[in-house]
Formats: sequence, structure tokens, C-alpha cells
Amino acid sequence: MTIPDPTAAGVVPLSAVATRTAGQRLTPHAKSFGNFLVVILLTYLGLLAVTFFIGRVIPIDPVLAIVGDRAPAHVIERARLELGLDKPLYEQFYIYIGKVLKGDFGVSVLTANPVMTDIKRAFPATLELASLGILIGAGLGVPLGVWAAVRRGKLVDQVVRVIGLVGYSVPIFWLGLMALVLFYARLGWVSGPGRIDVTYEYSITQVTGLLLLDTAMAGEWEAFRNVFSHLILPASLLGYFALAYISRMTRSFMLNELAQEYVIAARAKGLSESRIIWRHALRNAMVPLVTVIALSYAGLLEGSVLTETVFAWPGLGLYITNSLQNADMNAVLGGTIIVGSIFVGLNLLSDVLYKLLDPRTRIR
Amino acid sequence: MLPLLSRRVLCATAAAAMLACSAGAALAATPKDTLVLAFGFDDIITMDPAEAFELSAGEIMGNTYDRLLRLDVHDPSKLVGDVAKSWTVSADGKTYTFELKPGIKFASGNPLTAEEVAYSLQRSVMLDKSPAFILTQFGFSKTNAKDKIKATSPTTLTLETDKAYAPTFVFNCLTANVASIVDMKLVQSKEVNGDWGYAWLKTNYAGSGPLKLREWRANEIVALERNDNYYGAKPKLARVIYRHVKESATQRLLLEKGDIDIARNLSPQDIAALSANKDVKLTSTPKGTVYYISLNQKNPNLAKPEVREALKYLIDYDAIGDTLVKNIGVINQNFLPQGLLGASKDKPYKLDVAKAKALLAKAGLANGFKVTIDMRTIQPVQGITEAFQQTAKQAGIDIEIIPGDGKQTLTKYRARTHDMYIGQWGADYWDPHSNADTFTRNPDNADDAKAKPLAWRNAWAIPELTKQSDAAVLERDAGKRKKMYEDLQAEFRKTSPFVMLYQQTEVAAYRTNVDGLKLGPTFDTNYMFNASKR
Amino acid sequence: MTSSKAASLRDWLSTDRPTSRRQAFMGRVYHGCRDFSRNRLAMLGLFIVLALILVAIFADVLAPYSAYTGDLRTTRLLPPSWAHWFGTDDQGRDILSRIIIGSRITLMVVILVAVLAAPLGLIVGTVAGYAGGWVDAVLMRITDIFLAFPRLILALAFVAALGPGIQNAVIAIAITSWPPYARMARAETLTIRQTDYIAAVRLLGASPWRIVLGHIMPLCVSSVIVRVTLDMAGIILTAAGLGFLGLGAQPPMPEWGAMIANGRLYVLDQWWVAAAPGAAIFVVSLAFNLLGDGLRDALDPKAAK
Repeated sequence: MTIPDPTAAGVVPLSAVATRTAGQRLTPHAKSFGNFLVVILLTYLGLLAVTFFIGRVIPIDPVLAIVGDRAPAHVIERARLELGLDKPLYEQFYIYIGKVLKGDFGVSVLTANPVMTDIKRAFPATLELASLGILIGAGLGVPLGVWAAVRRGKLVDQVVRVIGLVGYSVPIFWLGLMALVLFYARLGWVSGPGRIDVTYEYSITQVTGLLLLDTAMAGEWEAFRNVFSHLILPASLLGYFALAYISRMTRSFMLNELAQEYVIAARAKGLSESRIIWRHALRNAMVPLVTVIALSYAGLLEGSVLTETVFAWPGLGLYITNSLQNADMNAVLGGTIIVGSIFVGLNLLSDVLYKLLDPRTRIR
Repeated sequence: MLPLLSRRVLCATAAAAMLACSAGAALAATPKDTLVLAFGFDDIITMDPAEAFELSAGEIMGNTYDRLLRLDVHDPSKLVGDVAKSWTVSADGKTYTFELKPGIKFASGNPLTAEEVAYSLQRSVMLDKSPAFILTQFGFSKTNAKDKIKATSPTTLTLETDKAYAPTFVFNCLTANVASIVDMKLVQSKEVNGDWGYAWLKTNYAGSGPLKLREWRANEIVALERNDNYYGAKPKLARVIYRHVKESATQRLLLEKGDIDIARNLSPQDIAALSANKDVKLTSTPKGTVYYISLNQKNPNLAKPEVREALKYLIDYDAIGDTLVKNIGVINQNFLPQGLLGASKDKPYKLDVAKAKALLAKAGLANGFKVTIDMRTIQPVQGITEAFQQTAKQAGIDIEIIPGDGKQTLTKYRARTHDMYIGQWGADYWDPHSNADTFTRNPDNADDAKAKPLAWRNAWAIPELTKQSDAAVLERDAGKRKKMYEDLQAEFRKTSPFVMLYQQTEVAAYRTNVDGLKLGPTFDTNYMFNASKR
Repeated sequence: MTSSKAASLRDWLSTDRPTSRRQAFMGRVYHGCRDFSRNRLAMLGLFIVLALILVAIFADVLAPYSAYTGDLRTTRLLPPSWAHWFGTDDQGRDILSRIIIGSRITLMVVILVAVLAAPLGLIVGTVAGYAGGWVDAVLMRITDIFLAFPRLILALAFVAALGPGIQNAVIAIAITSWPPYARMARAETLTIRQTDYIAAVRLLGASPWRIVLGHIMPLCVSSVIVRVTLDMAGIILTAAGLGFLGLGAQPPMPEWGAMIANGRLYVLDQWWVAAAPGAAIFVVSLAFNLLGDGLRDALDPKAAK
């Protein structure tokens, strides 16, 4: 039994209200929302500043990607001026932030497109892959983890652990290639690398960039099946890696929960084992599990350059890696913003879910 | 202990997934009128011929844009007229006249006359991007382009160079992509602020070649279509699609399954494996790219002539040729690749540790020395470097490998802060001067020099060789010119700080139902429009 | 020690009513070790880890060939045989020898990263979770900034600052590894901080630092241990990935991750080049996992049977 906290949300002494100044008449929710916005902006600013600085510090000449190795000196100089590389660092950053606030994220030197256009193409590819992956990973991982926790020490437990362990310690490109060899080359169960067959490439117009959605909306069911069969193998691969971690952590959290006293009490009360596990223990284990799943999803959304290389998947991982290796800083910064937004968003989501799921974690 | 419901749901989704996959994976073959290639083209940054300098863009341009002359793919020492019907050189060697074929049209339907050719060449000079030097080296500049490059009649074009260069040199340069002919009316209609249509043409197409560019999605796909307005033999294929696939193993699997028709970036292992496959054929062509290890003369040890020579004896050329670069390269110890005028086949060096040790002793370094090498983490470059590290160790030279990514190591190289560097050089245009200009010319060895040829990057001061190279480019007699390059290479082999390794062979694996595929000596001569499928 | 003395020592350690803090602590250690030794899988893990350490120490003696020299012509890409148990790689070097010598580097990388990243994450997470308010906000924002960074960017920044080499790779990996531990520790702390016994300790007048270090952290340690042991394999593979950027093991160093990266080109036909270091990583990872699980079960009083 906890000592009641008089400042718990919503319980404010009447006298305090009367003595508030004008500024403090804002409700606590509005104030915390304001705080929240400031915090988000600071996070972004910090992210961009550090990335910007890193971009100027890494030992790659950004002009090389634009003009190449053979360009005469005056062409190089011209390119340098156009990029604004002659100005001091803080001035370049200031200019960049100014443009970002207007919605201009610059043009990528590697693709000749505005960075946002590139990201609008690369991100949905990764989003589709990661989302299906996390569905597989969490959808299979959580039940497997629970099962392993309940059957702790028995064969099932060991098998689940080893499966997870293999998924975690095996190099992703190796597993990807082996999966391709088996399921694509030998068995022919799935389609090969790439998002869609060449035959369907120009038969659908991309609206969202999420091919599953686009083909479904257009009613092109043959193309839909084709997209799915291209998607399922890399998504399963990513899902397997997520599953390894998620099942592991679920098992760990469930073991913690099942050791609690309320479980004994519930059993004594005569509740069915199934109800205890799924309705009570798992619900409590979900609190920290939510962070785990959110972090895993964020990790998948960052894009895996090795998976995308093996499966010829034009996603965010390849985009950021390629840009970084060519010091295409506009693209890198754009990618950082997206990845940063993902983390911010998912962290927010998990914080909110915490508060919903576990009243104990509400601060104040 | 999984509740019944979850178990059922799991089984149901698994079954549905299997059904969905098998339905979608049914037809894997590519359509008969479409040629699909797997090719790594993340180096493309623009589709404007006046700006494109990277290899993959070069290949796309070669297939989609016409120019005055092209190389004969079967014999690169010969030239073939593209839009030019005939060509002459004036007696003083400074005026070139081209007669154009009549009735040529762009893909848009606009007519192609000498005016468009002049516009295109002027445009390349005026925009002055990276490849422009190929034209401006003949004396064309922003101020005189309109006078020196003129259309004297709808079918006649004249060019005035500033010196009497070797005609082969000029013609070879005119086969380059920077001399492509763009659709003047179309480009002018897309002009913004007098930019010569630069912003638009970066991602669009305005050409007259056998294929036209439909779409370029960076790092994903390049789609080409048949140009029905092409003046010559129309391609048998309706479409040519390049799919960006970086991994050699992935390309191989795709080819084996028939999801692609041609695989272009295979490793030696995959090539060897595919040569046993009945459904796959191989074709290869020597390319104008040479690989080398260079020694920075700023390093006092590497500056010693005995050390330079010793290092040339510390590479096991034969073993490397038979294993690491098998099928993808041929040992070449000269700076000119085979196929260029004056190329030499001399191979004086082989692995000889004893000789190297003797040379090092003569240089006062009998106990060897420590040195670093900057290496890109790609194969076969990495394998060669590691092999070099081992053989050099036998003579007491301790090599520390500094791995890095392509642009990273290049940045260091251009700043002359390396000890040794393993790199490659591809000819910009099909003429020996393209390589001589960089290997045996160093007009200014100062740190702030304007030009950065490879000789400069390794701080090799060579006033005499520079003079010889300059003379060779002005020699109009082909036989004499050949001899001059042979002399240059002889001197280079003996004294240069370059350990030449091998010349690249490009290999393509293709399905047996593809006909007419022939790779050229340069990327812009990899003609896909001649291919067809049965 | 006579059997009666041993018996009395055992009684002293197992008593329900310890008379001193030291006795209680020793008793816990004793019970922990006993529980651990009963867990057969955990003992297997411990055994493998000890074997790994021995191999690392005696690597020079154990390796049958040189890990650095090979012959392109005669010994390149040989399949596993009696002469070369794991075959040879693309430079003709014996893979078994490389794995044995490489165990040193791999072990060093993994332990250093764990030792650097885990405590850092733990401290940041528990302090943030307990303190709340703006301390929590600031620490979490810093954590988020690190988490939100595409890992590659941070790694490449280190190339600029520190140059290539395996030590710098360790630092780079550690810097990108601590945020998840911090977030996890914070999550656990948030749940623990409202419990009775923390309130009790607070009422007794313990300072916040004492509470965090002495009471909250020990409770979070077990889940961090689980996470760290699971991460061991990931760390090695991350080192392999960094090798592509030029940060990490410099050739010809037989670091396992670098060996796998090199084996990438040969996966389809000469599978042993990548398979051998991959299997080695799997075995080591398995060992650390089992060990970690055993430690967790032994250390966690709540899991006591």
C-alpha cells in the first residue's frame, strides 16, 4: 500500500487556485504540452546540429560526389561555392535551419531530386518492410516468449531460446542469402529480390509508396500478390531478428511477473491458469515490453543496409548509407530528420502506452 | 500452453501467407520484348550529357544519345559515323568539317540539323561541367564557342581547334558523351533563367538515340524504351530495364532463376560457378580501366628509386592473375590499356623477393621499413592489397593497411596525405592521351596546383615526360605517335612510382535466349540496343 | 577441513537468521553459486566461456598454422579437410588458426563494450527514472538523440576523430549501445520507484544517490545483464559492419566479424569461409546467453524457488 501522494494529477487544493498568477492559470495539461513541444524541438535541433557538425568533420570531400574525380580545378571551386562550403560552419548551419523552417530540405546531389522527394520514395519501402516485420516479430515473439516462460526449464523453453539465439547471432546477410537460395532459387515459393516484378512495374501508379496499399486500392490483385510474395521473405527475415529479441524479453518479463505474489493469490482464488497468464501477468509484462517492441520497430524502421543490399530493396538504409559515403549532407540530414522523427514518435507512443497500461508509472 | 484461439490464429495466418506467396511467385520470366539487366548504378547523379561523367551514366548516354562519331565496337581503333556521313580535316590541321546524314529526327520529332549539333557542343562548353575539358582542351571556351563551333549549312558543321592536334585524338574525343547531341528546341523550351535547360535535363531526356530514357529512379531502376524516330535500324526490343542490384550473389540468383536476362557485376567466384550453368552464357571485353598501386614521392623511403623498383618485384602478378582477378582482369604492367593506340604488352616484372631485398639494401634499407597503404574495402582491391602485404613482408617491408570507403580514400589521395594507394584509372575517351595526361604529365608539382593528375597526386616531378606527352598529342602521323607512346611506357615502367597491376575485363552473364549482346571497350559503348530475345 | 567443520560452515552460510551483514552477503553468494551450479545449462555456458578464455590465452600454442600467411596458388579456398579443419580463406590462410587467434580480439571487443556501455546506460537510466522532472527530461533527450542517430553517422564521425583500428571501433560501438540500456533501466525504475520498500528507505533518510545506487540499480541489473548477454553477438556483428567503413579491424587481423564480412563474396559456393566464424560467434553468443540466464536466475531473489 503506497502512501497517497497529495500532488497526484487532478488533486489540487482550492486555495492554490485562488493564489495563481495570470500566467499560471494555464491548465497543467496545456503547460505540459508546451513543455513537450519545446523538448521535441530541442531534440530535433540537437540532432541536426550534431549531424551537421559531423558532416563537416568526416574526412570525405562532398564536392567529389558532385563533380567527380576528373573535374578541373575551376569546376571544383565553383561547386564548392555553390554548396556554400566557403562559409564558416555556424553560418552554414544557420542557413540550413532557415531553409528547413520554410520546408526546403535541399536537393540531394546524388539523385538530383529534392531530398524530401527521395525520402518519400525510400521511406515507404522501409515502412512496408519494417511494419510487416514487426507484425511477424511481435505477433510470434510475444506468444513464444510467454510459452517459454510458462514452460520454464522444459524442452519448449530451450527450443524457443535457441531459435531466438540463432536469429540473433547469425549475420543478417548470410541468413538472407540462404533464405533466398532456399525459398526463391530452389523451392520457388517466393519471388526474388526487388519490390515488384518488372511486368507489373508500370501497370500501377504509386500513390502512397506502400505497394501493398497501392495495389489493393487500385484493385490490381495479381500485382498485390506479386508484391506480397516479394515482401514476405525480407519481412520474415527482419521479423525473425525482431522475434529473437522480443521473445527473449517477453520471457524475461513474464518470469518476473509470474514470480509475483498476486499470481499466487490469483491461483489461490481459483482463476484459470490461462486467464492468469494472458489477462493478468502478460498485461503487467506489457509495460516494459512496449518499450522493447517500440525500440525494435524503430530499429527496423531505420532501415537495414545489409538486408536492402541483399534483397535489392530501395529503402532508407541504402539511401542514408550511400549519402553518407558520398558526404551528400542534405540527404544525410534529411534522413536523420526522418529517423529522428521515428524515434521521437515511437518513444512518445510507448510513453503514452505506459501511462495507459500502468497507473503506477504516472509521474505527479 | 498457448490458448486455443492464438494457436488457431497462428496456423491460419501461416497458411494464408503460403497461399499468397505461391500465387504471386508463379510467373518469373521476363517479357520477350523487354531486356532486364541487373547492374549497380548508384554512381549516376545526372542524365545531362554535358554533366555526366560516371560510368553507369555513360552507358545510359551511349544507348540513348547520338553524337557525330562512334567507335566501332568490334574494332575500337576504327571510327564509325553516327550522325556524320563524312568528315575531313583541313591541310593546316585546325579545321574539321562534318557532313551530316539528312532526315534525322529526335525522339520528340524535332529535326536534327547541324544547328542542333553546334548548339549541343556549345552547350557543353558553356555549362563547363566536369567532362567539358574533353572539348575545351581543343581551345573552345565560353567566349569563342559560338565562333569556333559553327553550322555552316543545315547539314555541315565546322570546328576550329587552337592547335593542329592529332586528328585521331580529336575524333576520339568527339565520340565521348559530352559531345552528345541534344534536342535544342526541347531543351530551350525548358530553359529557366538562361541555364541552358540544365535543371531540367538532369532528370529528363532530349536525345535521338536508338533508345529513349523513360524513367530514372535513383538506386532503383532505369527504364529505356525504343525510340521510334531513330534514323537507323530500330532496336528489336521494346524496352530495356536496368535494375539496381549491388550484391553479386543476388544478381547470380536472379539470373539463374530467369528473373533477369543479364547480370553485369558478378564476382570471379560467381562467374566461375555460372560458367557451368547450361542456361547461361558469358561474354567479356577488355575495358579501358587499369589498376595500380601508387607510391607517394613525398615519403622519403618511397622516393628512393631503388625502393620504387623493389616494390615492383614484390607483387605476385601471376598468382593474382590466376586467382584474385581471374576472368575479371588481365595482368598489365603499363599505363595504357590494351586496345588503345600504342599499348604495350611488355611485362618485365614478376615476384622476386631476393632481387627486391638486394635493391632495398642498395638503398640503405636492408632491414625494410614501415609504410601504410590506403585501400578501399571492395574486392578484388582488398584481396590484392592483402596479398601484397604478405609478399612485401618477406622483404622486410611492414605494410599497414588503412581501409576506407571509396570517397574517403579518394579525398585523402587527392590531398597527397597517403603513403601508398591502390586505385584504378578509366580512360575518359578512347585515346592514349587520356591516360598519358594523368600518368606521365605533371605540369605543376606544387601543393596548390590547379590540375591534379595522378602523377601530381603522388608528387612525381617529371618535366621531361610532360614535354614528351605534350608532343605525342600533337603528332599527326599515327605510326610516329604509336612509337612515342611506346617510349613513354618504357620509361614509365622503369622509373615511375606506379606499380601497374592489371587491366579490367568486363564480364556479363546472360541467358541463352539473348542474342546480339556485345560489350564495348568503354561503358558508353556497351550497346544494349543491338540485343534481342528469342 | 574436517567434515564437521565443513558442515558447520555450511550451516553458518545457510542460516535464516544472519547475525551480521557479512554473513548475509556470504550466504547469498553461497546460495547463488549453489543454484547456479545446479542449472546445467548455465554451467555449460560457463564452461564454454572458460574454454574461450583459455583458447584466447593459449592461442599461439593452439593454432596449427599461421593466421596471417597463406599462399594464393596452393592453399586458396580449400574446403574443410583433415589438413585444414575449417578450410582456408581467399588469401590461403587456415581458418581454424584465424579463429583461434581471433578469439582474443573478439573477446576483448565484446567485454570492453559491455563494460563501457552497460554501466553507463544503467546509471543514466536509473538516475533519470528516479529523479524525474527536468533531470529526467534532459537525460532522456540526450538518450533520444543518441538513439535517434543512424548508427552509421556516429561511427563515421569516429573515423574522422580517431582513425581506424579495433580500439576505436570498440568506443564507437559502445557509444551507440548504451541508450537502449538506459531506456530499459528507466522503465524498470519507474515501476520500482513507487514501491513500498523504496518509500521505506526514503523515510529512513537515505539520500537519493544512495537509493539509486544501493537499492534501485541492483534490481535493474538482472534485466540489463540479460540484455547485455543477448547483445554480445550483435556487438561482434556490428564490428563487422563497421569494417565496411574502414573503422574496425585492419586486415589481416583475424577478427571474427571481419572474417564474416570477407566471407560474404563466397557464401554461395565456398560456404565455409563465412560459416566457421559464424559458428564461432554463435557458440560464444550461446555461452554468454546461458551464462547470463544462469546469473540472472541465481542473482534474482524473486526468482528463488
